[in-house]
Amino acid sequence: MFDIFNKKTKTDCENSENGILVFENTTDVIRAENVLKAKGWKIKVMGPPPNIRSGCDLVIEFPLMEEMSIRRSLLEAKLNPTQVVPVNSVLLEPVNLLHEKSYGNFFMVRAANMKITVDRNTKLIVNVSGGGCPDVPYLAGQMVNKHLNDTPQPKDIGYTLCAYALQIAYDRVVEIC
Amino acid sequence: MLGIVGTIPEINFPLVSGRVVLEGDHIIIGDNHINVNRGTPAMIAAAIKTLKYMNKPDPYCYLVGDIGNGEGCKLLYKYLKENITETSFKTLAFHYFQPDVGLFKRVIAEIAKMQNRPILIADAGFMYVAKMGGDASFFDLFTPDAGELAYLADEKAPHPFYTRGFILHEENLVPDLIKRAYQHNNASSYLLVKGAKDYVADRNGIITVIDTPVEEVLEAIGGTGDTLTGIVSALIASGMDIKTASAKAAKVNRLAGFYARPTPATQIYDIIKQIPRALNEVLVDI
Repeated sequence: MFDIFNKKTKTDCENSENGILVFENTTDVIRAENVLKAKGWKIKVMGPPPNIRSGCDLVIEFPLMEEMSIRRSLLEAKLNPTQVVPVNSVLLEPVNLLHEKSYGNFFMVRAANMKITVDRNTKLIVNVSGGGCPDVPYLAGQMVNKHLNDTPQPKDIGYTLCAYALQIAYDRVVEIC
Repeated sequence: MLGIVGTIPEINFPLVSGRVVLEGDHIIIGDNHINVNRGTPAMIAAAIKTLKYMNKPDPYCYLVGDIGNGEGCKLLYKYLKENITETSFKTLAFHYFQPDVGLFKRVIAEIAKMQNRPILIADAGFMYVAKMGGDASFFDLFTPDAGELAYLADEKAPHPFYTRGFILHEENLVPDLIKRAYQHNNASSYLLVKGAKDYVADRNGIITVIDTPVEEVLEAIGGTGDTLTGIVSALIASGMDIKTASAKAAKVNRLAGFYARPTPATQIYDIIKQIPRALNEVLVDI
């Protein structure tokens, strides 16, 4: 019964009229993504349509019919989208192709323009490279020489798409190492 | 003179402009001492090493603290818009920056008004926003890596994060991506593509390929792209033409990496220290 209820209310955004939630910055998008996914919403992080694109942007695609409930969930987490608009053009898919490379005991993962390298034996992050947004050198400073389990994560301290890409690479490294 | 625009990864670092010097592993601007690890400080340090070798003055830099929320960059965009036309740089290199198409366009509109427009080089965030805004061809040189080249080649991607898989796929050869980037007017006059092989290219195709020495691990080391941008910017500001400077800079950067005997854990300052030795070898006949 509960599963059926879930299926009816937490609609998969691929099969319905969709909207997008626009936030002030990528950090808020990542927080909102975590909040909504934890509550079971089938949402997707996507690239914004050209008419609202300003630079380093992400939006959340969601089933428009669920707007009220989703807004309530966000409000509980003190998240306030700057715009909620219907999807009227094709949204861009985030990168989903990862490159992996071994250098002896070291292992590197690249997601889009971001790379993270880890010592397999010690699980220490030995380098972060790539990217072009200003939080990349900051993230590198915070993460290099930290253990994979102890490092601050880009999703918590980053702001940009480069940070989001680095999080994808980090998640993959954790999965493998 | 070489001008450099970029960011410092500290939230409270003020907007500053002035001549920058290098002391050990720190760059110094005014009273501010900044550790050279990666990003714009690494780019500046490499440029200073190169300018010193070429007997040219230290670069004049515009720097602001930003950790990714874009607040510092907004201030610097505004400052550049109001002051850039008063400068007389021969070469101006733009580096780590928060992409904001609207603010970026205001800055380049001012540059377009300059009687003696500087040679314009862009890497990192400034290269992203130049392509994002459809203004890549306004620039003389971009220095992308393979992932960033795929972004330039993807006419629909507004950021490397959205590069489509069929373009990003590693089977795509760099020459094909270069061609595609020019086809869609998403490349600067020249491209210096860094990677396992370095390519110098323009709209007509590949000009030079630099593939020795080989140090595979350099790809993993944060800052190796920044040093390349610093070296090529300094060589161009020293009077070398863009094609020659790009090929020489690629060779110098590879050699400096080779001399540092790197591992994937090597930090960029160890490579920067080797730049004078590499310059001495590459530029010996010039």
